[in-house]
Amino acid sequence: MHPATSVIFFTSASGGGLFLLALLGIFGALGFLPPDPVLGLAGFGLAFAALSAGLVSSTFHLGHPERAWRAFSQWRSSWLSREGVLAVATYVPAGLYAILWIFFGRISPVLGLLTAVLAIATVAATAMIYASLKTIQRWSNSFVLPNYLLLGWASGGAWLALIANLRLPAADLALLGFDWTAIAGLAFAALGKALYWRYIDGSRSAATPESATGLGSIGKVRLFASPHTEENYLLKEMGYRVARKHALKLRLIALGLGFTGPAILIFCATLVPGGIAVALVALAVIGNAAGTLTERWLFFAEARHTVTLYYGSEAA
Amino acid sequence: MTTLPATPPKQLGLVIDLDVCVGCHACAVNCKEWNSGGHAAPLTDFDAYGASPDGVWFNRIHTFEAGDGAAGRTVHFPKSCLHCAEPACVTVCPTGASFKRAADGIVLVDEAKCIGCKLCSWACPYGAREFDAAEGVMKKCTLCIDRIYNETFAPEDRVPACVAACPVGARHFGDLGDASSPVSLLVEERGGYDLMPELGYRPVNKYLPPRASQAKAGCTGAGTALSEPDDDVRPTSGFLRWVDRLLSR
Repeated sequence: MHPATSVIFFTSASGGGLFLLALLGIFGALGFLPPDPVLGLAGFGLAFAALSAGLVSSTFHLGHPERAWRAFSQWRSSWLSREGVLAVATYVPAGLYAILWIFFGRISPVLGLLTAVLAIATVAATAMIYASLKTIQRWSNSFVLPNYLLLGWASGGAWLALIANLRLPAADLALLGFDWTAIAGLAFAALGKALYWRYIDGSRSAATPESATGLGSIGKVRLFASPHTEENYLLKEMGYRVARKHALKLRLIALGLGFTGPAILIFCATLVPGGIAVALVALAVIGNAAGTLTERWLFFAEARHTVTLYYGSEAA
Repeated sequence: MTTLPATPPKQLGLVIDLDVCVGCHACAVNCKEWNSGGHAAPLTDFDAYGASPDGVWFNRIHTFEAGDGAAGRTVHFPKSCLHCAEPACVTVCPTGASFKRAADGIVLVDEAKCIGCKLCSWACPYGAREFDAAEGVMKKCTLCIDRIYNETFAPEDRVPACVAACPVGARHFGDLGDASSPVSLLVEERGGYDLMPELGYRPVNKYLPPRASQAKAGCTGAGTALSEPDDDVRPTSGFLRWVDRLLSR
């Protein structure tokens, strides 16, 4: 599948932003975060900025962005519509929760938990857009939903750790909790991706050139002549292929730069004093962002669509 | 509404005979011709006379080889929207632009509602939908709704453009929801099948397999070669006898 820049940026940024909101909601409700206005401003500011930038960028790949509002209508059947509805709905409790926190120094546990539920549900809806497509076996499997949640947790957790390290006193025990929340998210994300890659390397779509044409009873089916000499929309959108040797290198980059590296950096940050710890966590956040974008690019580039079976692919 | 209607009273679709198709692309060309001015017009082309032409087509003719050696076959394979009974292209649509008609099961796009997100084309296993980058909306086969219900046409012309164009009768149009319709009987008789049945889209369009090839020609009673001209055969009367005698001298 063609990796569209706007969709890669959207899913990465909104995933992190939504999980930052969810963590602010959960930890706030549990009383682990002080209703400090600066902390609130930084946390909600970053979360809303990432989510909003992602949502705006998601309209860039549309043929008619001015009609985007119509996408809220079909939530009964469409995961894309559900994602839109949930994303916008998240702003309501999250916005109220943030206003109470920043301007009135109050943390509302109810609003915090409601924010967390809606934010996580939005990320799940994003994952289900891909996981529900039977045409792409590398997406429609049980690894995709947990991976989207884990990657959101990893990014949102790293961002919260950075803000907490900047604002909370180094002696605060809660700080250690935020650091370890990030480390756990990053480690689980690395594990989830490794399992996903192992799965997709060892499996293929049930659809074959034989079932796509129904000519399997005659023998093995191969393309003799393409319908057209130049690439059409189908091949440009669905026929994207990444070289296997490049994919392997990019997987290692995504894993090291995005997840295991940042997990180690944040672990080191728990052992050193304030200023250095902040620098280490900041590095982890930058690495995680680069690694997540690489992972998301690969998620598209490595996906194979059944339509390619009609254009000479032996498997999808 | 992108939720699906109950089983439509009619399920209009195509039956494509792979035994007969000669791969001439006439169906695709007539489809392009008709639909460039029809319901989904225009079907935009880019760089049509340049080095990298690209454009929207609703019908594409692939050619496959199946099997090897004497048992192998070359099969021309036209492919267009199959108007599935379980069209995921419809249910994934976030805006309600994609829909399956309750009356006849035809899958259409309401271009005024389409935001051009392309998700429906990802959800179609067959590659039936093509994005029109100039119009910013998704386009697809309409089963020529502007021909099949067109009362200004003679009844025999109320068929999709691809069916009207086929010079060998490889394409049949009719109600596949009615078990007694000519197309359903044809599917029954010839063992018509679904493409990628394992994905569960339940396409309405059916494909008829190539008939088994014959190892030997049937006997017509004719000799296997022309007999040699016999020198002794001579005209026995008239002008030709006179010429024969003259030349034999």
